[in-house]
Amino acid sequence: MSEKVLMKGNEALAEAAIAAGCKHFFGYPITPQNELTAHMSKRLPKIGGTYLQAESEVAAINMVLGASAAGVRAMTSSSSPGISLKSEGLSYLAGSDLPAVIVNVQRAGPGLGGIQPSQADYWQATRAAGHGDFKLLVFAPSTVQEMVDLTGDAFALGDKYRMPAIMLSDGILGQMMEPVVMPKDSIARIPERPWAACGHGDKREHNVINSLYIEPPVLEAVIKARFEKYRLIEEKEQRCEEYLTDDADIVIVAYGASARISRSAVNAARKEGIKAGLIRPITLWPFPTKAIISRIGNAKTFLCVEMSMGQMVDDVRLIVNGKRDVRFFGRTGGMVPTPAEVLGELKKIKGGI
Amino acid sequence: MKFKRPHALTDAQFHYCPGCSHGIVHRLVAETMDELGVEGKTIGLAPVGCAVFAYNYFNCDMVQAAHGRAQAVATGIKRALPDNVVFTYQGDGDLAAIGTAETVHAATRGENITVIFINNAIYGMTGGQMAPTTIPGQVTQTTPYGRSTKDAGHPIRVCEMLATLDGVALAQRVSVDTVKNVNAAKKAIKKAFQYQMEGRGYTIIEVLSTCPTNWGLSIPDSLEWLRKQMVPYYPLGVFKDKGEKKEEGQ
Amino acid sequence: MNMNLLLAGFGGQGILFTGKVVAYSGMLDGDEVSWLPSYGPEMRGGTANCSVCVSDSPIGSPLVTAPDVLIAMNLPSLQKFENAVVPGGLIIVDSSIVDEKVKRKDIRTIYLPATRLAADNGLKGMANMVMTGRLYKETKFCSEEKFIEGVTKSIPAKKADLLEKNMAAIKIGMESGE
Repeated sequence: MSEKVLMKGNEALAEAAIAAGCKHFFGYPITPQNELTAHMSKRLPKIGGTYLQAESEVAAINMVLGASAAGVRAMTSSSSPGISLKSEGLSYLAGSDLPAVIVNVQRAGPGLGGIQPSQADYWQATRAAGHGDFKLLVFAPSTVQEMVDLTGDAFALGDKYRMPAIMLSDGILGQMMEPVVMPKDSIARIPERPWAACGHGDKREHNVINSLYIEPPVLEAVIKARFEKYRLIEEKEQRCEEYLTDDADIVIVAYGASARISRSAVNAARKEGIKAGLIRPITLWPFPTKAIISRIGNAKTFLCVEMSMGQMVDDVRLIVNGKRDVRFFGRTGGMVPTPAEVLGELKKIKGGI
Repeated sequence: MKFKRPHALTDAQFHYCPGCSHGIVHRLVAETMDELGVEGKTIGLAPVGCAVFAYNYFNCDMVQAAHGRAQAVATGIKRALPDNVVFTYQGDGDLAAIGTAETVHAATRGENITVIFINNAIYGMTGGQMAPTTIPGQVTQTTPYGRSTKDAGHPIRVCEMLATLDGVALAQRVSVDTVKNVNAAKKAIKKAFQYQMEGRGYTIIEVLSTCPTNWGLSIPDSLEWLRKQMVPYYPLGVFKDKGEKKEEGQ
Repeated sequence: MNMNLLLAGFGGQGILFTGKVVAYSGMLDGDEVSWLPSYGPEMRGGTANCSVCVSDSPIGSPLVTAPDVLIAMNLPSLQKFENAVVPGGLIIVDSSIVDEKVKRKDIRTIYLPATRLAADNGLKGMANMVMTGRLYKETKFCSEEKFIEGVTKSIPAKKADLLEKNMAAIKIGMESGE
């Protein structure tokens, strides 16, 4: 391991992708992810890779699709409005069973929205990234170190399951600097891709990368097989961190930057005798269902804290299924909740318990 | 001379309508791969449109791209595999309407790929709607009174437009309506592949093509319509050719 | 060490760099640190601010909304953030730029003519480092050794020749006041 350095989230993520063996990056400028593309444009030419500034987000994601189809690890990054443009490509990647990493440094929407941090693309990432029946791996880092660690995981799991992975970051995590330990060299063990369209060399049948299945029974079978894979992933790959949940009366569920704020609020609440805890989903899909279920026993109330009008809270309500009260607190439009505001919510709930 | 199926074509039977030019152009591309011995290192891009199933017909590795995105996908492939041969096979709606940005930017970057552009002045797969290359006055499903340039604007002459860009090494318009023209088309396609293998930059061969089904014409009449209506609007010829010698700095 | 620091001023005063020096020094001293800039249109000639947290436990929100220390390098910054400072907190004002006084009585205020001191010593444009020196003197946010190392490491290799001037400006700050 190398030494601890102070790095911006966006740059650290870019460097982690390179460490993961990603040498092909296609992007388009948008705030607040510009440090990521800048870093890639500086680094990739020096290691024999490709940085290409595409004519649009649409082109960029399709370039990623091409590079992935050709058998290499590829990545693109953007922020919310740009991810909307990439939704076509996300659907095609999923429908073609191609791995790729897509970074969303979320900003406020809808429309041009604003450039300040947000978590209002949860539904987009976990439910509606594009047309059709499909899922994406969705990772939610909450520190710069996790921007690094989860990027490696996103590439590895994307390859393992042959599907795209989203790094769902936000303007805070992208812009902030924190100490981080980078993987020393390329630690990536990139698995063989016998399915890639890289020229058959007269040694095998031609490979076809395709999402079109004109016969409905065939397409249904393909999708069902894919959903069997998704079921397996839901069983095996749920990840979260729990903090002081063992005896918690109130369990906050929050991810990313909101989880950091919530953790401060939990600490403050404990000082005031409120038994609060935190479940921090690290994977948003698969959602850490098991952890939530295991806390239905001791939690009297769940409180979801998000930088949105309430999106992840839907998933928590589905899991809790009416067995406990599920509350929501959020700020939106680029506003960031403060620990004091979250503490206020905890106090309100405590008063009612 | 023995007339046999090129190796670079699979045994699958084409689904194209009688009189459609796709079959001929597929064959020319496959013959080119055979003659240059590059089938094993070629990756082809199938478009959205009538040629969507091209991935079933070409024996090289194939990738099916979203509507209009073939050249962006091809860019990703070529950047990952610079020593391989990459071609896209696209119709007029795919290339010159929904994929205009991808086309223009791949061309101006001098992306080292070959584009086979089928211009038949109509959307075939969806049942005969107006294309960006539908000529003035042409009747289609969505221009039932003939294309009015006042309402629907003017057709795009793709080769002429792209010839203005520095990244383009070869831009040539051909036709496959006669034996002589088929031979010329073959030569052009092969030259484009060769330019790519020499790393010369972006090459595009536009092929004027027939669509008897959606034009509502018999096969002989559609050949006649192509010559009388299309060729005057879309003259055959070379619009850009960087020449035989490799330029400095390319 | 636990300090939530907010630095604010005009774009171009080196606000973000100052924050980086503090964060880097804290990190080298073994503390948890975070650095979060304001970003967006305000970067372009308007106000710039930067949140820095130094803590002995994992940092929650990196956005400092209730600073223990505010460094105000222009009037709009002072006006915007004066009331956010925690009771008992500290404000260091560049008094060569800000001619108003802090109104609050429940906090400590230091008026330091950093811009003038820098200029008088041939260190034009290094008021931020003078402020940093004074910040160090007041808060001792890390060991002196790590502070010097933090400054050194924060300066990009291309600008290494500026280290000496930065250190000189810091010294002026550290030696200012009582």
